[in-house]
Amino acid sequence: MTTLTATGASSQPAAPAPETAAPKTSAAARVAAFTGHWAVRFALVVIGLFWLMPTAGLLSSSLRDPADVSISGWWNIFDLNGSFPWILNKDQLTTANYDALFANDQVMSSLWTTVLITVPATVLVVVIGALAGYAFAWMEFPGRDWWFLVVVGLLVVPVQVALVPVAKLFNTLGIFETTAGVVLFHTAFGLPFAIFLLRNFFAEIPRELLEAARLDGAGEIRLFTRVVLPLGGPAIASLGIFQFLWVWNDMLVALIFADSTNPPITVALQQQMRQFGNNIDVLAPGAFISMLVPLAVFFAFQKQFVSGVMAGSVK
Amino acid sequence: MPTPSQPGSGATGGIPDDAGAPDAPVTGAAASTSSSTTEGATATAPTTASTATAAAEATPSGTPAEQTSAERTGAGTALGKGATALRRRPWIAALFLLPALVVLGALVVYPIAFSLFRSFMNADGSSFVGLDNFTELFTDDNTLIAFRNNLVWVIVAPAVCTALGLIFAVLTEKVRWGTAFKLLVFMPMAISMLASGIIFRLVYEQDPERGVANAMWTTVHDTFAETSPWPGARPRTDAPLSISHGAYTTEQTVDASSPAHLPLVGIPPKEASEAAPAKKPAGAEGGKVTGTVWLDFVKGGRSEHGVIDQQEKALAGIKVEAVKDGRKVAEATTGEDGTFTLPAAADGAKLRMPASNFAAPYNGVDWLGPTLVTPAIIGSYVWMWAGFAMVLIAAGLAGVPRELLEQARVDGCNEWKVFRKVTVPLLAPVLGVVTVTLMINVLKIFDLVYVIAPGASQREANVLALQLYLKSFGGSPDQGAGSAIAVVLLLLVVPVMILNIRRLRRESRR
Repeated sequence: MTTLTATGASSQPAAPAPETAAPKTSAAARVAAFTGHWAVRFALVVIGLFWLMPTAGLLSSSLRDPADVSISGWWNIFDLNGSFPWILNKDQLTTANYDALFANDQVMSSLWTTVLITVPATVLVVVIGALAGYAFAWMEFPGRDWWFLVVVGLLVVPVQVALVPVAKLFNTLGIFETTAGVVLFHTAFGLPFAIFLLRNFFAEIPRELLEAARLDGAGEIRLFTRVVLPLGGPAIASLGIFQFLWVWNDMLVALIFADSTNPPITVALQQQMRQFGNNIDVLAPGAFISMLVPLAVFFAFQKQFVSGVMAGSVK
Repeated sequence: MPTPSQPGSGATGGIPDDAGAPDAPVTGAAASTSSSTTEGATATAPTTASTATAAAEATPSGTPAEQTSAERTGAGTALGKGATALRRRPWIAALFLLPALVVLGALVVYPIAFSLFRSFMNADGSSFVGLDNFTELFTDDNTLIAFRNNLVWVIVAPAVCTALGLIFAVLTEKVRWGTAFKLLVFMPMAISMLASGIIFRLVYEQDPERGVANAMWTTVHDTFAETSPWPGARPRTDAPLSISHGAYTTEQTVDASSPAHLPLVGIPPKEASEAAPAKKPAGAEGGKVTGTVWLDFVKGGRSEHGVIDQQEKALAGIKVEAVKDGRKVAEATTGEDGTFTLPAAADGAKLRMPASNFAAPYNGVDWLGPTLVTPAIIGSYVWMWAGFAMVLIAAGLAGVPRELLEQARVDGCNEWKVFRKVTVPLLAPVLGVVTVTLMINVLKIFDLVYVIAPGASQREANVLALQLYLKSFGGSPDQGAGSAIAVVLLLLVVPVMILNIRRLRRESRR
């Protein structure tokens, strides 16, 4: 409202102004815009480099001998004594850390564990969420809206609330410290968002499409698999990517519920943190490898990720 | 860009048009193919406006009877071949919902109830202790630190992220490669907090030679603050200099007739290799006091102590003060050749080289030490999440009508005024959503703190989620106290929960 009054008030003297002051202000404005732009661009480049630097530091550290890392900063991979476009200092670079990492069965098997947790947890959330989302969008049952409000309420429940009770429950069920337990936990906490997102998307499907299919004699299951799922593609993609990254990057849930002898990569690396300096030759390349998959997913599916993030901004 | 359900945009579509009558056996197909409406529909049709009342009406346990009757009428009217009838069968819906309900019920809803119950029990859950766990929360030192830090987090982190996001979104708007910039800033959101933690452990490394944060900080510091020219230089034990508080003072007073000799050692020859050879001062006139400060050392050790030998190096840039009765009467700085000249007033004074000449180099800030650890970790969070704020705000910015901005500019507002008076107020709803989302996110912060804070300062960096984890699963677990923290966390998000539900209901009413 304030904006309306502000612009409304200022629009009154607008009419006479351009005639008298137009050439002057526009020239001044052009100068201002030019310098403004120049400064803005420069600032953006600096900020961009600043934002890139921490990751560059990790990559560089992962490519240096741990003995070098312990005495000098990662920027020493550049020959800083030379003139500005610094050239890489080849004798500072080595792939030995990566070679050792790939030969390290523990790290490799923990990466595999991450995959074994992430893929089922993503698929389950998409499937269960789509089923429920469809039911909420296009079926009638007692208390539907009330149930949906409950789901929306669950969107913001912190995972921490469930840690103690679910640990107890999984203990009783015999799936504490198993991959299945981690998958189930992630599925549960991914579901409210999944149902919320998919129900809202499915609800936008034109009614006529569903009715036409119904008149053709399609049952609910066919309707779901042949009409709703294909049309829901974009939302499902968003959800899938969001959930995938969420689970891949998780540490807390895995810390408690995963098999501690064969944990996912986040926990495996976390266990090495106590002696950060001594383990940098594992930690730096390990962290970088663990980032590659999320980054690849991120760059390949930016749009879906962004829309998932936007939809999830209530989570 | 598909935005299936951007909150607040109304794109959610809300609860579909037949939401007012969730129980009514009327269906889209029925409504469009036949004009006959059943009693249920006519009864509820006028109340379509309020989902809440409809939902409330729909939930009572009396529904089964209505359902069966509804089903019967559905079957009775026999519209088409089951297409519409199917929709009316709640058991199909139940089948679709079953997996979700089971998982959510067992792993989200039941745990909430259990945590509540558990928070009133003692450590091993054997007896009821009332509110003891909660009173302990507010008296236990570690938990209080966690509370304080969480408060700092919730206030600072979302505010900084949102502010930076707003600035970035506005700045990138008119730049052609703005998308590349956005991608770069948004990217950290895709990586795990563990990886970010490792990244920032490297950034915050204490040694300025290794940690980029301190490398930059010391560079900035050294450009503005004086650095000591010869850190570590010291007199030989047999030299006529006494040491107090890091300053070196001559034992004898000086007089203008003979130049003062101030020999020092303790500098590795390598560091002094660039220095000029030390010289005896040229004869001073007018009663001025002169002298030399030099490195009284030659590789190989063939040098006479206290005498300026041929290959000995000058120590340039050293401040020399003349002191009489504890008061400084004059001062000078040594030149390239190590010589200095003091005014005649210095005659008869003792010469002092203050400690600032030899202080150890500035070593940067202890980022992960007890005092700065929380701000440092917040910094890493901002690195991860400013992109989130930026992307959401940029999307909101795209929706700001250009004409309004142009109008304001034509009216003579400068860019800053346009930003403050037009853009920000128009973006207020988006800024609100971003801030609230980040607040919830920050409330649960765990990984970053757990990973970045070194063992020694973990206590000072503590937050509620970490304290919960340590209490519940650490050494000597007390799941009663842990559950109490969980309940507090839950209570803190309840307002947002209510906000979400109300927003949804408002949208569905439109």
